[in-house]
Amino acid sequence: MSAGETGQAPDTRKGAASGVTSANADRRNPSAALVPTLTVAASLLGLGLIWAFAAALWPSRAFPTPAAVWQVFLHDMATGELPFHLGMTLLRVAAAFIVAMVVGTVIGILLGSDRRADRFFNPWVVLFLNVPALVVIVLAYIWFGLNEVAAIGAVAVNKIPNVVVTLREGTRALDPRYAEMAAVYRFGPLERVRHVLLPQLQPYIAAASRSGIALIWKIVLVVELLGRSNGVGFQIYLYFQLFDVAAILAYTLAFVAIMLLIELALVQPLERHATRWRRRPA
Amino acid sequence: MIHASRDADDEMDGQPSAGARSSLGVDISEKTFLSADGVPLPALRDLAFEVRAGEFACLLGPSGCGKTTTLRILLGLDRDFSGAIRLPEGGCIAAVFQEPTLLPWRSVEDNVRLALPKPLRGKDLTPLFETLGLAAMRKLFPSELSLGLARRAALARAFATEPDILFLDEPFVSLDEPTAERLRHLLLSVWSERPTTALMVTHNLREALTLSDRIIVLSERPAHVIGYFDVRLPRNYRNPTVMTDLVRSFYEKFPERA
Repeated sequence: MSAGETGQAPDTRKGAASGVTSANADRRNPSAALVPTLTVAASLLGLGLIWAFAAALWPSRAFPTPAAVWQVFLHDMATGELPFHLGMTLLRVAAAFIVAMVVGTVIGILLGSDRRADRFFNPWVVLFLNVPALVVIVLAYIWFGLNEVAAIGAVAVNKIPNVVVTLREGTRALDPRYAEMAAVYRFGPLERVRHVLLPQLQPYIAAASRSGIALIWKIVLVVELLGRSNGVGFQIYLYFQLFDVAAILAYTLAFVAIMLLIELALVQPLERHATRWRRRPA
Repeated sequence: MIHASRDADDEMDGQPSAGARSSLGVDISEKTFLSADGVPLPALRDLAFEVRAGEFACLLGPSGCGKTTTLRILLGLDRDFSGAIRLPEGGCIAAVFQEPTLLPWRSVEDNVRLALPKPLRGKDLTPLFETLGLAAMRKLFPSELSLGLARRAALARAFATEPDILFLDEPFVSLDEPTAERLRHLLLSVWSERPTTALMVTHNLREALTLSDRIIVLSERPAHVIGYFDVRLPRNYRNPTVMTDLVRSFYEKFPERA
């Protein structure tokens, strides 16, 4: 989802349409659905083999074999250290993600629906889009202290401008006919949000959250490295000082695997549910 | 109220039950749009008419004369005009738009229920869906319906709210004629189950003659009323021969429309 990362709004229609066709293909032919999965598995296996081969050719403490990384992983799993730090990082990612999505969506809808407010606040958005993550983190720690609120807040502030830009685009693309229908039939404010506004913004929210999770977990590691005493970022900093590359890789890969799992087990089914009305052609 | 009509020879033979309180009164002195260059384009001028309680009226006028603009003002979607409108007592309005305007992410039944006022939310919709031939489609999403079925769902939504007045904006446009004809009859059958004051906008004379008690004939832009045409014949007597006569007498009264 690189489109989302650059702050670009997605082309909803096209994105939705391509999602539709692949989903339909999956349903019609179960063996066709296996092909992409097998391709991914083969691709990852190939990467692992190249890694193992290269590490065997140039044996070095700075370039461990997959087996060595696996050993560290098993060991730290057994001691409970790895699950603890993974859990801490995951909690921070979740908190920062929720804060960024809620605040960014609200601001994005406001700016998208009020041209004058948008003209006034747009420079702020551009400014925050371009402040380096590191600067926000350092300033947050200096101003608010080395605590959890400053850490999560700094991460959220890094992500909010992206959400604002995407949701502002989505709000501008709202279809006024639905709002007029809701006005004539006197929908309540909550019903308008739930049945008229959010379903129309769903593709934009999905794009913002996809790119959001990827961006946020990377920034969380930096926050942990600079000012926390637990979490994957803290551990990586520790093993960097010990020059223990096997441990660094073990923690990184474990977290990447968890993020992939969240994407497959949580994000994609949720999205399929939210777009179920698109997938049944007339 | 009808000072703008030069041809208001049809006296207002008010029905006994029709109190002025539950009729619709329209008196728009001016509605002007600004073009992109800032040039004022008058859409309505001295447009005044009344729809009596329980009456099915049609606003008939050439394309682009300001019919939809009038309807948007009546629906409260455009408040930038000079003049006054009086909605029937109760003020509960329902509309059937030019396009079905169903929420694509909600099922047919949810689309209807969401439009209902809170006290009616739990009501039994089965008779209405059956009258309109939608009983099997309640759980479908609008994208799974043909345009004709989607328009029926829009009719269901409007009638389910049990409105004090119903507005229809060319609800059968862009349908093939047999489908449109079937839908007109469906509209009449749900309407006669609970006769509601209704105002329909159309440029189709035959449609207006089939459906309405009274036709309000509008001028070219800027629109004002040039006369009324009452259809006193009960609707079930309006067969093709009678329709031909009705069309002829309409053109005798409004020769400029021929």
